Amino acid sequence: MKLSYYPGCSLEGTALDYDQSVRAICRKLEIDLVEIPGWNCCGASSAHMTDHETGLRLPIRNLLLAAPAGHDILVPCAACFQRLKAADKALRVDPGFWDVGHYKPDFNILHISSFLAQPEILAAMEAKVARNLGGLPIACYYGCLSLRNPRITDAANWERPETLERIMTALGARPVAWSHKTECCSGSLTMARPDIAEKLVSDIVTAAVKAGATAMVTDCPMCQANVESRQSGETHAPVMPVFFVTELLDAAITGTYPLKQQKVHLVSSGVLTGIFSDAAMKKEVSA
Amino acid sequence: MDKTCISPDDRNEKFLRKLKARNIDVQACYQCGRCSSGCPIGDFFDLNVMEVVRLAGYGQEDKLLHSHTIWLCAACETCATRCPNEIEIAGLMDVLRELALRRGIAPAEPRIPLFHQSFLGSIRSWGRVWEIGMIANYKVKSGDLAGDMKLGLNMFLKGKLKLVPHSIKGTSEIKEIFSGKGKEYDR
Repeated sequence: MKLSYYPGCSLEGTALDYDQSVRAICRKLEIDLVEIPGWNCCGASSAHMTDHETGLRLPIRNLLLAAPAGHDILVPCAACFQRLKAADKALRVDPGFWDVGHYKPDFNILHISSFLAQPEILAAMEAKVARNLGGLPIACYYGCLSLRNPRITDAANWERPETLERIMTALGARPVAWSHKTECCSGSLTMARPDIAEKLVSDIVTAAVKAGATAMVTDCPMCQANVESRQSGETHAPVMPVFFVTELLDAAITGTYPLKQQKVHLVSSGVLTGIFSDAAMKKEVSA
Repeated sequence: MDKTCISPDDRNEKFLRKLKARNIDVQACYQCGRCSSGCPIGDFFDLNVMEVVRLAGYGQEDKLLHSHTIWLCAACETCATRCPNEIEIAGLMDVLRELALRRGIAPAEPRIPLFHQSFLGSIRSWGRVWEIGMIANYKVKSGDLAGDMKLGLNMFLKGKLKLVPHSIKGTSEIKEIFSGKGKEYDR
């Protein structure tokens, strides 16, 4: 299978390891990722929040670059996904307004967890699991932009999505039922109003802890960085590591969680290293 | 909201026409309050979401453009998703922010548009966001030099920040977009 790949800017910087694990998983699934040549930033929230046309012309350029190949476009970042979907809708309605002569591609824009949670891909991954996640109680966290607004994203289940839960179950983790899986972490405000981000992140982490989770998993690079970095260190130590969905997939399929990856986290990834430690390995062998 | 007397005479018709052109049907609001109750940032707003929609329906552009709310809105789309009348409330917030900038109204939350400017400046220069450069630019512009020093250092030490920017092929197309491509015909 061939897919066009739109990594987005975060995956070249703060979420570089997300990019690496997406590519690793796709290699294992024999999915050929073709990076869109010369892609540009989608503009994220900052563009559409302050300039409607720039906010659409930036992602439109990427769609026009991807159109000749005609493959479906895989997007790991929730914000990029939402902007590409918004651009695709706007272009289909009125290409002329955007100075595009003809636009009728038959590709789909795919967000990563919806793509990976398809039954046949899920089965292929499950068959490759070398080491399951040992019932790790985990809170699946989606945030906003892969789901909302469904008139843009075409998400099937935007209030109670289950794609991450399906993937985590296949890996042998135990997704908890919790209240905040689609709540906003205010990633777009995190630099200018860290106080707001700390409040929202605190609510999210508190809800995950209350539901019994010892880790969170997400498919949004802004959520990952924001929820790990805004857990207030003043009143209590940060408690909740946030993993990328493909990071956990890669760990379970390779059966290892390398030191280099452990060190990327701002919150200790100890819950996972425990599962992959030699001691845990031995316990299972002797059991 | 304070008791206010709103006369149809100070309704901004151009503003209402702009909302109509963008399919933002603020007149469909029956003040059910679902938008306000689901808003994750609502506790920090000076005008709550349903007030924004109602004031927009009355064409009260000025009150809205001076509010904190339009800048604090994080564009999470919870309001528009849950609105029983499918009013594009997040789109309304976009229109308000863009109008405030175009009219040069001093933003009630000055750091937030400065952040957006730094973010977009990075795209304009490189075609992509180069995080360190964008953050440094924001710090200088906002004067918030001390904030998040520890976090920034931590991220740097963890190799999360790319040190050197990489320019894409086609930055001239990006510059065209930022120069208002398509707006030549007065949109």
